[in-house]
Amino acid sequence: MNNKGQMIGRRLLQIAPVIVLATFVVFGLLQLVPGDIAVTLAGENATDARIVQIRQTYGLDQPFLVQYGHWLWNAAHLDLSRSYLSNEPVLDQILHRFPTTLLIVAVALLISLIIGVPLGIVAATRPGSRLDTVVTSFASLGVALPNFWLAMILVATFALTWNIFPATGAVAFGKDPAKALLHAALPAFALAAGGIAEVARQLRSALIEILSSQYVRTLHAKGLSPTAILWKHGLKNVSVTLLTVVGLLINRLLGATVVVEAVFAIPGMGSLIVHAAIHKDFPVVQGVVLAMVVVVICMNLLIDMLYAILDPRVGRT
Amino acid sequence: MMRALLSWMRGNPAAGLSLVFLTALFTLALMAPVIAPYSPTAQDANNTLSDPSLAHLLGTDDLGRDELSRLIHGAPATLYASVLAVTVASILGIPVGLLAGFLGGWVDDAISRVIDTLLSFPAIVLAIGVTGALGIGLTNGMIAVGIVFSPQLARLVRAQTLVVKQELYVDAARCFGASVWRIIPRHIMPNAIQPVIVQVTLLLAVALLAEASLSFLGLGVQPPQPSWGAMLARAYNYMEIAPGQMYPPGIAILLTALAFNTLGEALREALDPTSRRRNMPSMTGIK
Repeated sequence: MNNKGQMIGRRLLQIAPVIVLATFVVFGLLQLVPGDIAVTLAGENATDARIVQIRQTYGLDQPFLVQYGHWLWNAAHLDLSRSYLSNEPVLDQILHRFPTTLLIVAVALLISLIIGVPLGIVAATRPGSRLDTVVTSFASLGVALPNFWLAMILVATFALTWNIFPATGAVAFGKDPAKALLHAALPAFALAAGGIAEVARQLRSALIEILSSQYVRTLHAKGLSPTAILWKHGLKNVSVTLLTVVGLLINRLLGATVVVEAVFAIPGMGSLIVHAAIHKDFPVVQGVVLAMVVVVICMNLLIDMLYAILDPRVGRT
Repeated sequence: MMRALLSWMRGNPAAGLSLVFLTALFTLALMAPVIAPYSPTAQDANNTLSDPSLAHLLGTDDLGRDELSRLIHGAPATLYASVLAVTVASILGIPVGLLAGFLGGWVDDAISRVIDTLLSFPAIVLAIGVTGALGIGLTNGMIAVGIVFSPQLARLVRAQTLVVKQELYVDAARCFGASVWRIIPRHIMPNAIQPVIVQVTLLLAVALLAEASLSFLGLGVQPPQPSWGAMLARAYNYMEIAPGQMYPPGIAILLTALAFNTLGEALREALDPTSRRRNMPSMTGIK
């Protein structure tokens, strides 16, 4: 247990540079803007005085590293500057919108696991069977499916034609959980299609590998029933793979939700960053990217800790 | 050569079909102006959002433009976008991965940290950020996607280089006094490239979906130029009046991504027949 504590401590130390590098990347986005940002911000027909003023307000006249240090210091104190467009603090906008996005991602993750895991197991225990072929084919389809297109089909079918689900918008979970879930259902399903496919595929291949390994053959030889082998040995070993997949899925769902939110006109992180990117509202763009990457890094850390708990081999060396 | 190809296609009909489909699609893209029945921007104000008919096989859009022609003219933009993104990813990712794997030490440590960091970003979100900074448009958008994909390739190439570097012939080359700049392209690259080819094929599908997403959001192809993602964005606006509009571009995207994926998987098997590795390389997922 002590070793595991050390392992977790080491991981905490390791993510520090990753977070710093991530902030560097987020801030560095500004450096990609062609030409002078102050001129871009001032808009057309701006006077020179106005440009100089903007340059000073946003500290654009300072060297890059000074700007970065300043920005990082503020970010560490939860000050993500203000939107160029609305002058609202960026952090407020993010805190206001992130729960909606996180709810959709969480529901999508849950659906991916609830449907994907049984499919993967069923396919892996009968490799080559017709059922396996069906699962694998659907998984290939799910991976290639543009999820915003699926979202449109879902809207057309379940919202516009059958009126079962609302077509647009979102409700805060704290205000009305049932209504919030009803609004989150279709976007989550649209996101989950790819997730289900990915979970089923990865679980299938990992489980097939375990079930065809030497020690499983020994278990067969000593007369253990296939069910016992699957539950006691196969699934236990595959849980680590599942954790890895969950980690990658969180990253992927957070990205994909941006596009799916647009289909449902959901006021989440997606609409925030898209609007900001189109209108060159860089503090908002940086804030959203930063918030997303921090969530991903924290989830990865959590998953690493779960590894240490689930897998006795981790931390022993 | 031709016979080998045919027998391979017979052994793996799905991959064969994908290859035929993609070849046809590339031909279609090159010949778009000749094949398309109408100009993609020709408007017909008296005939908007019409159902499929003999004159317009897939109907017309909100400005009365022929959907089929726009679909055909959208193919070059879409394929250009995928290829551009993957080219950028390769140009950035492959040399970096080679250097990290070959040089090892602190160079490797530093590069690996950067790769880890970049992979922590949800790809499409970072791509939107980069596009916002570079300026909206198809080329900028796909350069952004390429930058975002490059760490995936770098990580793969690095792992592959670590293996190849141990080979005896690399030692031999070094004993003969070959420099790093000779060993990497002559000995490491050719032997480390196979899984990269597979990954590049799979990335084409992901890039295609990324282009569709960015264009759908209005960050990629700008009107009036047609692209499948942009067509979906228009179809979305008229979903209640003409729900049929969203199917042709969606199906085109789905089939093309499916074909790239199927071909990639088949290449993986063909290039590495002895391997029993079943675990996939990192999920290449952004859509």
